[in-house]
Amino acid sequence: MNALLAFPVALPLAGAAFIALTDDSTPEELKDIPAMLVAAATTTISTIILIRSERVTLVHWFGGWQPRHGLAIGIGFVAEPIGAGMAALAGLLVTGALVFSWHYMEEAPRLYRVLMLVFLGGMSGFALSGDLFNMFVWFELMGVAAYALAGYMVEELGPLQGALNFAITNSIGAFMILFGVALLYGRTGALNLAQIGRTLAGHPADGLVIVAFALLASGFLVKSALVPFHLWLADAYAVAPAPVCVVFAGAMSEVGLFGLARIYWTVFEPSFAPNASAVRDVLLVVGISTALVGAVMAFLQRHLKRLLAYTVISHVGVTLCGIALLNGSGLAGAANLVLSHGFLKAGLFLACGVLLREFRGVDELNLHGRGRRLPVLGTAFAVGAFGLIGLPYVGTFLGHSLLDEGAIQHGHAWLPPLIMVAAGVSTGAILRAAARVFAGWGPKRDPLLTPEPPEEPPEEETNRVLMVTVVVLFVAVGICLSAVPGLQDRTEHAADRFRDRHAYVERTLFGQAGTYGPSAPVVLHRATGASIGYGIGATAIALATALFGLFRQRIPATIRSFGTRTLEPAVDGLKSVHTGIAGDYVMWITVGTAVLGGVWALTLRGP
Amino acid sequence: MTYLPYAVAAWLFLVGLYGVVSSRNLIHLALCLSVMQSATYVLLLAVGYKNKATAPIFRGIPVGHPAVDPVVQALTLTDIVVSVTVVALILALALDVHKQGHTVDPDHIAGMSG
Repeated sequence: MNALLAFPVALPLAGAAFIALTDDSTPEELKDIPAMLVAAATTTISTIILIRSERVTLVHWFGGWQPRHGLAIGIGFVAEPIGAGMAALAGLLVTGALVFSWHYMEEAPRLYRVLMLVFLGGMSGFALSGDLFNMFVWFELMGVAAYALAGYMVEELGPLQGALNFAITNSIGAFMILFGVALLYGRTGALNLAQIGRTLAGHPADGLVIVAFALLASGFLVKSALVPFHLWLADAYAVAPAPVCVVFAGAMSEVGLFGLARIYWTVFEPSFAPNASAVRDVLLVVGISTALVGAVMAFLQRHLKRLLAYTVISHVGVTLCGIALLNGSGLAGAANLVLSHGFLKAGLFLACGVLLREFRGVDELNLHGRGRRLPVLGTAFAVGAFGLIGLPYVGTFLGHSLLDEGAIQHGHAWLPPLIMVAAGVSTGAILRAAARVFAGWGPKRDPLLTPEPPEEPPEEETNRVLMVTVVVLFVAVGICLSAVPGLQDRTEHAADRFRDRHAYVERTLFGQAGTYGPSAPVVLHRATGASIGYGIGATAIALATALFGLFRQRIPATIRSFGTRTLEPAVDGLKSVHTGIAGDYVMWITVGTAVLGGVWALTLRGP
Repeated sequence: MTYLPYAVAAWLFLVGLYGVVSSRNLIHLALCLSVMQSATYVLLLAVGYKNKATAPIFRGIPVGHPAVDPVVQALTLTDIVVSVTVVALILALALDVHKQGHTVDPDHIAGMSG
């Protein structure tokens, strides 16, 4: 038995309870310590699980309720490298965020630390669970902690609006997941993922299975904020405290996609195998439209956290494309993107946190040139933005190159150029903001950008050196990840195991341990011509976007007015969809679910 | 086998959804979410129900006598706990909105959009 698997959940939850109980009697200067220690210990255990799971998939049945004759009775945790890696990433980001927020939270910091640990417990449980209903429970636990964290600044209306929109839309997403779970349970009498998959295998998909899949997929897509389910995300991320945004952007958004991938490959893959292209095409369309919409919306923002929030949407779209390819390279690419993006975006959000503390605002135009006196932060911010493009061996490169490889293998050569545009435009938006804030380029006024209600952080002494150090560390790790020898082979290997349903069933239900050979060779693969071309193209687009954002007044008036006339309706239309009203968002979720379900009902049936 | 409970579940879900979409009051909206969640209780219980079966308490009934599925009741109870947490949180946020902005209309909280 691997009782170790219980700790990534038990430790943060017990730690949260401990902190809630003892905080009053802890001396003021020691109050930050326990939460950081608990988060660091959780990360360490998740990492040990990750390393051990590379040899053999680890299984733990709570209370010793082992399966009998291939029939799951109890609730089990199953750790393979991708799930364990997700848990380890979440732990690392929470630890970093807690270190950053040393003295950052002046209002009820106890609740903040407790919520962060509960949030971590929820994410770890979701990543490790092998039981569908159990996944739902972790999903909700993580959700409730996240709603409270998003609305942490309850004295301001912006955070309240963001948290309410977040809570309402994501609750409805969770209901849809629960509906899907109930339908699958009704059909198969099982809640264990391997067991459900085994019962469904061998029967062609019928209406009920398709409806269940559409509901589960929509629920997860709401959490990960894919078009048209994405509208809540910018409201919530723009107003959440910066250290919370780190965990939202780096782990929570990705956890939804992880859930979708997990249920597809353990439960639905055999039923949908004859029509897998229907799943692939629909998800690719959703992914790429999300990537493009997120990038354009990011370009239209002046509130830095809201801008970054839209780039998160764009990134999640790209990651979904990797998963949607339904092959090993694509999935490995998605996993690598999640990893490097998590660190880079963490650095960028924390940099916003420093700006908010220094200048009491994160409005790009108001901060014009004021960042000049923070050269280290400015450099880290710009380098972090460049890391998101995918230049050879830098930042998200590995993820992008694997994803492109997967797309080309499958005859989807149209995909990489579109991803290149999305990555270029969303990075260009960040670079524009960096140039305006830290170098003072471009005009101080720009009517194109959406104004937002200001934030009013209380004045407080904070430890700037520590905060900037955390930013630099996050960015540095994110930048270096693509140049780690052996990482590519290991993630490809992990992705193949993640997709191997038979091995998963044998291991979980029958205890047949397949050990996997010595770890992959520690080599750094040469960048292919296509991926170098991709990197250069995306860089060119990013620079062009940034320069356009800063200096478009210098374009000759005739061309400019023509451009304004043609593009203005589209831009206004796109902006007007993002109303900030929960009811509208729920309407879009309903429409999106109906369309997904309808399309799949027509295309997934029959052999 | 009757389809009535499934129809009731679908009806509750949709009527709650309509309420959420059209709501102009955060407290009303929270209760509409509750209605939607009730749909999941009905669905879960309907999935585990058997005609002419007893409750899943096996003391004093003959071996082999049919009983309804005990798992779905556990799921429903868990679901109720989750629902209480979420509704409580939304109501707490609604209270703060009223305190800060003197409104409970979800369309006019902070005017953040675009």
